[in-house]
Amino acid sequence: MAVKEIKLCLLGESGVGKSSIVLRFVRDQYKECLESTIGASFMTKRVVLDERTFIFQIWDTAGQEKYRSLAPMYYRGAAAAIVVYDITRESSFPAAQEWVKELQRMASGNIVIAVAGNKCDLEDLREVSTVARKLPADDFTPSMGTSYYLHGTAREPGTRRAQEKKGCCGGGGKRNSDIIY
Amino acid sequence: MAAKEAEQTEIEVENEELQEDIAPGDCGSAMLIASDSFDSLVGNDYETELAIKKKKSHINEIVRQGSFEQEDSCGEQADVNHIGPYGDATTPSASEESSGEQSDPSMTKELSAVLDEISKSPDHDDDDVKTPEWKAQSKHVFILSDSGKPVYSRYGNEDKLVTVFGVMQALVSFVQDSAHDSIRSLVAGEHRIIFLHHENIILVCVTRGSESDRLIRIQLNYLYNQILSVLTLSTLKKIFKQRRNYDLRRQLSGSEKFLDSLLTMMEREPGLLLSAVRCLPLECQTRDMIAQSIVQHAKVKDLVFALIIANSQLVTLVRMKKYFLHPMDLHIIINLINAAESFKAAESWTPICLPKFDSSGFLQAHISYLDEACQTCLLLLTVDRDSFFTLSGCKTKITERLIKYNGLKAISDSLRKDSYNISKCGISDLRHFLYKNKSTAQYTSPELEAPYLSPGEQERLFGLYHYLHNRIHSSARPLKILYHVGQYEALLGWVTQGFELYAVFSPLVTKSLAINAVNKLMAWIRKEASRLFILESVTF
Repeated sequence: MAVKEIKLCLLGESGVGKSSIVLRFVRDQYKECLESTIGASFMTKRVVLDERTFIFQIWDTAGQEKYRSLAPMYYRGAAAAIVVYDITRESSFPAAQEWVKELQRMASGNIVIAVAGNKCDLEDLREVSTVARKLPADDFTPSMGTSYYLHGTAREPGTRRAQEKKGCCGGGGKRNSDIIY
Repeated sequence: MAAKEAEQTEIEVENEELQEDIAPGDCGSAMLIASDSFDSLVGNDYETELAIKKKKSHINEIVRQGSFEQEDSCGEQADVNHIGPYGDATTPSASEESSGEQSDPSMTKELSAVLDEISKSPDHDDDDVKTPEWKAQSKHVFILSDSGKPVYSRYGNEDKLVTVFGVMQALVSFVQDSAHDSIRSLVAGEHRIIFLHHENIILVCVTRGSESDRLIRIQLNYLYNQILSVLTLSTLKKIFKQRRNYDLRRQLSGSEKFLDSLLTMMEREPGLLLSAVRCLPLECQTRDMIAQSIVQHAKVKDLVFALIIANSQLVTLVRMKKYFLHPMDLHIIINLINAAESFKAAESWTPICLPKFDSSGFLQAHISYLDEACQTCLLLLTVDRDSFFTLSGCKTKITERLIKYNGLKAISDSLRKDSYNISKCGISDLRHFLYKNKSTAQYTSPELEAPYLSPGEQERLFGLYHYLHNRIHSSARPLKILYHVGQYEALLGWVTQGFELYAVFSPLVTKSLAINAVNKLMAWIRKEASRLFILESVTF
């Protein structure tokens, strides 16, 4: 059985839910009030699809500004990146746009960039409207909403992308997020 | 006894009665930088020390050595030399409001007027200052920038305390400008206010407690070093050079919890007072085996330190030849692991600056827990930013070997309650003690037992140790031995060239009984030294 290793990294402002997405994807767990990540943490996840095995090597980076300059270390050589923003926090969206720009400029050419608007279950508090989103990568980037309540919705895009052998996992946990393909 | 209860007697004991010989726990080669309590930590000495350090960066030294070894890979070298990952990219962003220089109230006010203001500051319209809870806190700590911008407050929201911060800045700059001096402390009613002024950063402690000014200044220095460990001194200088009134909270966001936990640690951990590290008691063969597991499986270029820490106690430390770890840096590492739950979730890879080792750059730390219960933490500190996967492989092999030879089990057995209680020493009337070997910068002390189980009692016990320590290390009249009978216990402190010992007895113990007991205790420590201390300094 073929085993393929896929390097994946998560980027986005502090507190948007990157670690929650990873935790849901890797261990199918959800924790209220996760602590902020220090530096970056590393996890792996084995996914079997159509008799093919994918091992995701996931870099979950810390969102604080002081760790900003470390990011290239994680996205360098990555097959896929998930840029996460928080739909209930307006400021996290421009930050996500910046990340996408940086990835397009700096990361390897064939990187798959996914944009995830996290915390879709908090629709009442939505600040980033579905219409207003203009992502620099809109035309070719899958963008998705994750929510880590209904993990079914969030899980699916991940597996689908894995089928495409590009390797991207939609995390998702307890809450929902919007996903644009 | 009832009549004697309030009575306090202090007798200086004749030296001859105690049998002084070499300090138990001595070893030929230390792995930690030995330091005296209160040594070189405070004020100007420290600044000059940093200045000296600046000329010689350990990190660059190691990186350069590496480049001599393999001269072919010069392409990467330029990159590696910029070890400080925040060094280049992070500069104060222009989006920050660029208000002009903050006006300096000290220019217009006399010191007395300023003092008036601080004593009646509750009159201001500050929500946080008005709350009784805020005022009831016995120990406040404030950190601010040179220009008076709030950086951190132990209690309350910094933004609501701007006036308090302003007054502090005024006090510091008033003394500086008018007298070309620096303010160290002042007393206002039952509060003492202690200042520590570093380049760019002012640290202030307002306390009602009994800790000495000197000790508080050490604590403030720890906090300063905690900030450096997140930013590095070079970055800090650079930030404030570019923008004097930069809001440092932007850079420190997420790191406040380390300052909080460090403050809590200071109230509970005698190691900071003693400038020493507590070792986890282990049979020396077991400890050897653990150290050898690291040496065998983590022989990686550019790995500077590898250490295992369990429940704030050092299990083993393997170091690069030539380099040593300072206890202060080790405390900062311990604080990092204690404060961050997120390390328990997955292997982490994070930059950390160890200010005593090299305040100009970062080491990269691979942090992971070796057991399911997340008790035993392995840290691998390197100067190579790209070695995560190599080190992750080392970690797997080390864990396998430690499981195979029951190393992890030995650690968790030693961590179990009652594995190190005072009755093991077999000395009646002895309730608790701290013993520090100076040359190795390690200390040992048994678990806390009744009557020191409640937080209030523990605090009181540490108060007694602080008192004893302060009396003995008094700059005006340093003592060698001090016997003190307090209300609830008798204390004996004994400091020689080689060690420091602080023992707590039940209150009815006489002086001669106490001396007898201490001699017995020393014999016990000598007998157990190979288990209580790390006597072998292992290098890669």
